[in-house]
Amino acid sequence: MVAAPGVHDPAMRGIMGTDRMGRGGAMTHGTIRLEDAAATMGGQPVWQHVSGSFSPGSMTAIAGANGTGKSTLLRVIMGELPLAQGTITRGGLGPRDFGYLPQARIIDRNFPISVTDMVLGGAWRQTGAFGRADRTVRLRAAAALRRVNLEGQAERMISALSAGQFQRLLFARLLMTDAQVIVLDEPFTALDTPTTQDLLALVCEWHAQGRTIIAVLHDIHQIRTCFPDVVLLHAGRATWGRTPDILTPVTLQRAYGGARDPWPETGMQA
Amino acid sequence: MSILSTLWDPFASFGFMRRALVASVTLGMGAGPVGVMLQLRRMSLIGDAMSHAILPGAAIGFLLAGGLSLTAMGLGGIVAGLGVALLAGLVSRRTQLAEDASFASFYLTSLALGVLIVSARGSNIDLLHVLFGTILGIDAPALYLMGGITTLTIALLSIIWRPLVMECVDPGFMRMTGGQGGLYHMAFLFLVVINLVAGFEALGTLMSVGMMMVPAATARLWTRRLLPMMALSALTGMVAGLIGLLVSYHFRLAAGPSIILTCSVLYVLSLVMSPAGLRAAHS
Repeated sequence: MVAAPGVHDPAMRGIMGTDRMGRGGAMTHGTIRLEDAAATMGGQPVWQHVSGSFSPGSMTAIAGANGTGKSTLLRVIMGELPLAQGTITRGGLGPRDFGYLPQARIIDRNFPISVTDMVLGGAWRQTGAFGRADRTVRLRAAAALRRVNLEGQAERMISALSAGQFQRLLFARLLMTDAQVIVLDEPFTALDTPTTQDLLALVCEWHAQGRTIIAVLHDIHQIRTCFPDVVLLHAGRATWGRTPDILTPVTLQRAYGGARDPWPETGMQA
Repeated sequence: MSILSTLWDPFASFGFMRRALVASVTLGMGAGPVGVMLQLRRMSLIGDAMSHAILPGAAIGFLLAGGLSLTAMGLGGIVAGLGVALLAGLVSRRTQLAEDASFASFYLTSLALGVLIVSARGSNIDLLHVLFGTILGIDAPALYLMGGITTLTIALLSIIWRPLVMECVDPGFMRMTGGQGGLYHMAFLFLVVINLVAGFEALGTLMSVGMMMVPAATARLWTRRLLPMMALSALTGMVAGLIGLLVSYHFRLAAGPSIILTCSVLYVLSLVMSPAGLRAAHS
């Protein structure tokens, strides 16, 4: 496990304030709400009649078999893909309030860029497109790298990192964005258990700070143990609600097929 | 004949050699860094395609101006290059063809069209000039144009550096967090086009891209850091310009091909000698 968040560490406090709950005021602020929404990709419907909301500070997993439109839902949430039908409101949240973790495989890991420069990419909103990274921003970058156990790797090129180290790097960049809503697309795919636990602890910490977490996940056991809310996508529809109500043996069997409840409550992922 | 005079005399004695040297050094400085970025974006072939795409535009400029006019042909080249870049982007978005496939179709069309237009009105000499350039016939206005384009290239690259790199490594993050990735992509394609136009007069449509791609490939063998890579790419192009001109002078060879072949020799040497080259492939 990574060390507990350093509230006594002044650099750390700069990265992620601890009083995020107070920012929003009324509860409607920061609520992402979909109403009778439908999305299409290349003219083909992906899902439709989707209604539900992510309230501020909620922690929601998006589950479903491959090709059910989980990533599409993320793109809709972040405003990158317009809805084919229905409405989405974001309670006053703008693009700058979102932090995004893309699937690691879409990133060009051979690009000649150092770990530090990659993390500084997360400070994009502070530095702007052209501004230089000043001392404060660089200190925050160093603290973010420390937080994910990558201190000492700052000057290495990203191509030299292992898959686990690279994912830690992406989380450090996410720390830099200091975003109110954190959107994760398969954050723990292909990671070993210690790395997964470290990074999951970081996600739980963000949740505790009052940030909204939305994550596409494949590990049903992980969802059951850590994510209070879930959106289960299946056959063009979404089932939305509290995790124990939604992830029942019947719904899982329908969504994923195969054996009845392939993820019994007690066991690990099959 | 001393070594010094071998190196010095061609440039001391002949104005056209001096202008050719300034031209190739200027071209190398601008095209080198652009070439590195182009390769890192896995768009090497697109650079090639763009250089052909410039041809019909330049040829129309040639027709309108009634001869080899740098301004008319340069403007025509920029318009045609950007047009094809936009069109190919559009086609690849609308169809299943990958961007490089659509570029390949466009550039063959452009090449045929350009040759057709030039040969309809001009002589074979004109056609040779358009295709392979006249680095020994560069005049002062052409040098000003190259200098201006190289200055603009370096300035614009340093301004859009961060978003360009970000868009390159991780387009998803850029897009999702509200960055205008497409804008920087277009700005970069614009740089590719104007650098090809700059090289057009000296090296012709067919070889100007050589000054962009070969030094970049060489530099990538020696360093894994982006800024040194770009600097080394520029330096390689500049040195190849100097060596190529000297070789062409002393051995009475065509200047343009000598410069590009010098780039190739430097590339092959790097392939053999550099830590990331052929030796690394075996270990």
